[in-house]
Amino acid sequence: MTCLPTHTDKRLGLVIDLDTCVGCQACVTACKEWNTGGHMAPLTDIDPYGGNVDGVWFNRVHSYEHTTEMGGRTVNFPRSCLHCETPACVTVCPTGASYKRASDGIVLIDEDKCIGCKLCSWACPYGAREFDTDVGVMKKCTLCVDRIYNDNLAEEDRVPACVAACPTSARHFGDLGDPLSAVSQLVAERGGVDLMPEMGYHPTNKYLPPRAHTTHAASVTASALEPVRAEGGFLGWVDRMLSN
Amino acid sequence: MHPAFSVVFFTTATGAGYGLLALLGVLAGIGAIPADFWLGLISMGLALGLIAAGLLSSTGHLGRPERAWRAFSQWRSSWLSREGVASVATFVPAGLFGMGWVLLGRTDGWVAVTGLLAAVGAVVTVSTTGMIYASLKPIAQWHSRFTLPAYLIFSAMTGSVLLNALLQGFAVGSKAMVAFSLLLTLVGWGWKLATWRYNGRLEIPTTANTATGLAGGTVRSLEWPHTEENYLLKEMGFRIARKHAAKLRQIIQLLAFALPVLLLVTAFVLPWPFAPVLSALAAVVQFVGMLVERWLFFAEAKHTVTLYYGR
Repeated sequence: MTCLPTHTDKRLGLVIDLDTCVGCQACVTACKEWNTGGHMAPLTDIDPYGGNVDGVWFNRVHSYEHTTEMGGRTVNFPRSCLHCETPACVTVCPTGASYKRASDGIVLIDEDKCIGCKLCSWACPYGAREFDTDVGVMKKCTLCVDRIYNDNLAEEDRVPACVAACPTSARHFGDLGDPLSAVSQLVAERGGVDLMPEMGYHPTNKYLPPRAHTTHAASVTASALEPVRAEGGFLGWVDRMLSN
Repeated sequence: MHPAFSVVFFTTATGAGYGLLALLGVLAGIGAIPADFWLGLISMGLALGLIAAGLLSSTGHLGRPERAWRAFSQWRSSWLSREGVASVATFVPAGLFGMGWVLLGRTDGWVAVTGLLAAVGAVVTVSTTGMIYASLKPIAQWHSRFTLPAYLIFSAMTGSVLLNALLQGFAVGSKAMVAFSLLLTLVGWGWKLATWRYNGRLEIPTTANTATGLAGGTVRSLEWPHTEENYLLKEMGFRIARKHAAKLRQIIQLLAFALPVLLLVTAFVLPWPFAPVLSALAAVVQFVGMLVERWLFFAEAKHTVTLYYGR
């Protein structure tokens, strides 16, 4: 059913720290690697070694330059499904292929029911859904539903592949419906925000804005650099002799 | 938004078909159109043919058209599903009405009732089509109070110009019908101009700032996540027509509105055999113009995902 659940027991999602993300793309490749064999497999690549590379990815990392009166900075910005509370991508689906789970709030697609009308991708303001032209159905992030409940994995590995891969711990996974969970407290502490709140989709995933610029510059200046090329002549000889 | 020709043709053809069907149902039902066999066959054939061709065309852009039957199931939440249900349901009264008119040679009694029901079905179906677009929040140019009336007005407009051409062709036309189609074309013209004016002044609250959650200042795209265009950019980042929007708008005004108005005014004044030829020409020119209009409707629409790409 594409009608939304009135209540979800949990609100599983991600918290992404824009302060610590270094834009290394590890989460992107880890996501692709896991999911091309996972719940929504395959993540088809079209012409992967040619001039018109295209393919399905659930997670894409942009880089932006954010300039304010405090100065400018580079912000790396991972973009994936936000598992919204009121996802219009689900309600517009004419076939019932798209659904939001009442148990944990994860938004999924039943690939066997999808007719590939693409309307859900039009309804998503965030560009979270990507069409697989090879299979003819829509695909999207599953929040690694086949990892987080997977008893075959060690308990510490039962997190989405992107979270497991992040070398700077910029990605956090948990229940955002529980105000006492670590992710909820992180959001409260760091002032986590919704993307495009004016759209009214109530995304579950939160983004932690970069920390404010510090006014304290480093107080210890580095010593002046030595010339790389050795000096010639008498003084150079003295320098070499005394350096030994 | 990428203007897939299958969808452009679908909405234009079904719009004209349902407009014609609704007018036939109402006008034949109240006895304003004679129960002539050939007139019934050709006009109902044209109306249902346009609708069927449009609906078939719409399946052309599906990834898995063999599963299209599933689209009738989610009418509780999905306007696309409602459109599917309404379009198929409308075939029932339309089919009965057509059979009564063409086979039994009557447009009174129960045939008139099915005609009116077909008209209701046509209006409902066109409304669901309009709501598919009007309900999409990420596309500000569509998510406006202009979209639904536009679909209804353009459907009535193209349908009335077609009906006028048919009635003129069977020598049962009237000055009133010419005037009616002329009036609707003027209304359509005015609505399109008002829509463009509204869209030109649109202040969209969603910006690169709200899209990234980075408050204040400017957010400039430094680097895309990928080097080539992906599905999002191909489907939602279509930009070719925006570059030529001014020219395309002139073409639309000329073909969809100005020329049909001129032709219909001339048809109003001139007698047989000029009036039927001019009326038919108006219908053809307007249909072509409306295809361009629908193409630009898609191409000019800007999806919020383009903000992530600095477009």
